[in-house]
Amino acid sequence: MSKESFFSSSIGRKIAVSLTGIFLITFLLVHVGLNATILLNDGGETFNAGAHFMAYNWLIRVMEVGLFAGFILHIVLTLMLYFQNRTKRPVAYAKVDAKENSRWYSRSMALLGSLLLIFLVIHINQFWSDKLVHVYINGEQQIDAYTMVIEALRNPINLVIYIGAFIALSYHLLHGFPSAFQTLGWNHKKYTPIIKKLGVIYSVFVPGLFCIIALAIYFEFVQ
Amino acid sequence: MEHYSMNLNLRIWRQKNKNDKGGFADYKVEGISSEMSFLEMIDVLNERLILENTEPVAFDHDCREGICGSCSMYINGRPHGPWHETTTCQLHMRAFKDGDTIVVEPWRAKSFPVVKDLVVDRAAFDRIIQSGGYISVNTGNAVDANCIPIEKDKADKAFAAAACIGCGACVAACPNTSAMLFVSAKVSQLALLPQGGPERKTRVRNMVAQMDKEGFGSCTNIGACEAECPKGISLENIARMNREFTIASLLSED
Ligand code: SF4
Ligand code: FES
Repeated sequence: MSKESFFSSSIGRKIAVSLTGIFLITFLLVHVGLNATILLNDGGETFNAGAHFMAYNWLIRVMEVGLFAGFILHIVLTLMLYFQNRTKRPVAYAKVDAKENSRWYSRSMALLGSLLLIFLVIHINQFWSDKLVHVYINGEQQIDAYTMVIEALRNPINLVIYIGAFIALSYHLLHGFPSAFQTLGWNHKKYTPIIKKLGVIYSVFVPGLFCIIALAIYFEFVQ
Repeated sequence: MEHYSMNLNLRIWRQKNKNDKGGFADYKVEGISSEMSFLEMIDVLNERLILENTEPVAFDHDCREGICGSCSMYINGRPHGPWHETTTCQLHMRAFKDGDTIVVEPWRAKSFPVVKDLVVDRAAFDRIIQSGGYISVNTGNAVDANCIPIEKDKADKAFAAAACIGCGACVAACPNTSAMLFVSAKVSQLALLPQGGPERKTRVRNMVAQMDKEGFGSCTNIGACEAECPKGISLENIARMNREFTIASLLSED
């Protein structure tokens, strides 16, 4: 019998999706941590220092390449799986009572992911470095990411898109977080309930924190 | 509970053969007892269709006690109908009320082509089993059943996985048309036991390769399979198969 190679098998691809997913989950934690410094309300000093570190530290730049690769792999693999899976049921059911056996967001990962992809394009376009405002501190060129963030999120349209994206992210994570561990084979009587709880906490609090920061900026709690 | 009788509107998928396009036909059935099984209700309809000199509805059935896995009907949007952990043959008409409309469709999957009406070809499952769902034993006298000690919890888990009756409801329920729950149950029941040891690595790789070759969809952990499985097969088996497959693939020399 001919054997498949690991990454051309359905399970191998799934594992690649889950590993990149876990990588992106970790990245999100770093991102929200940096954003949270905005709440210090120190005129962006800490935030800009962080952004500066991110922009000039070589290790971070290398990680950035990995991050891009992670995003692209996650997106390409899942979209491929999605379109392949769609060909597997040529005649659709006339009546489907899916709410009885699964959650809507588990069934809508491709839709939620696509919304996130659109947001990602907007987001990168808005905050990518060549558009960054540069200021000079002690004669040294510094990027003023802080001012950019504040200006962007004082715009109500941006704010609505931003919050919408994080609601989508929250549901995406609600499925994706525990799912990543199930795919890796981590299903255990003792640990799975903990992973599931952690997943809910993460999916609510991390996107929630992003939104709180955005609202704090919009309503001028931070200057 | 009170017995009652009811009149029902049935919308049943009729399809002459594999190549026919097929479509729904509407039937009214009267005086159906709440104590009949769903298949008996279809029998009542078929008796009438035969007397009317029309073609009865073709459907698979054998044991009519929930152990053979042949009674594949997608009833009102769910495989095996509305009851939890129940096959169609064990679904009783008391699940319905007088005047209900019931939509009955065959399993829908590219890998389970419709043969006729509600009958689908599930040979893809047989080929997956043939690719690895066996163990090798020496011929000769039967060995004493208890000569190899097996931990209780492993025996229990293997037994629970072995409860899979190969009905295909997991595939039918899955929005991705994935067969992972079935294949993982078949991999698990042998991987958990010492008797399954010798073929453990080749088994999982061969069965997954065959599953992919048969054209089933890819699992995205939606969980509809577990919720609809008449035998309560757990998603834990899918996680186990992912582990088995990863280790077997990464450590293999080919
Ligand atoms: S896993 Fe459950 S639903 Fe799937 S074939 Fe086995 S018994 Fe049927
Ligand atoms: S007829 Fe055997 S399980 Fe239903």
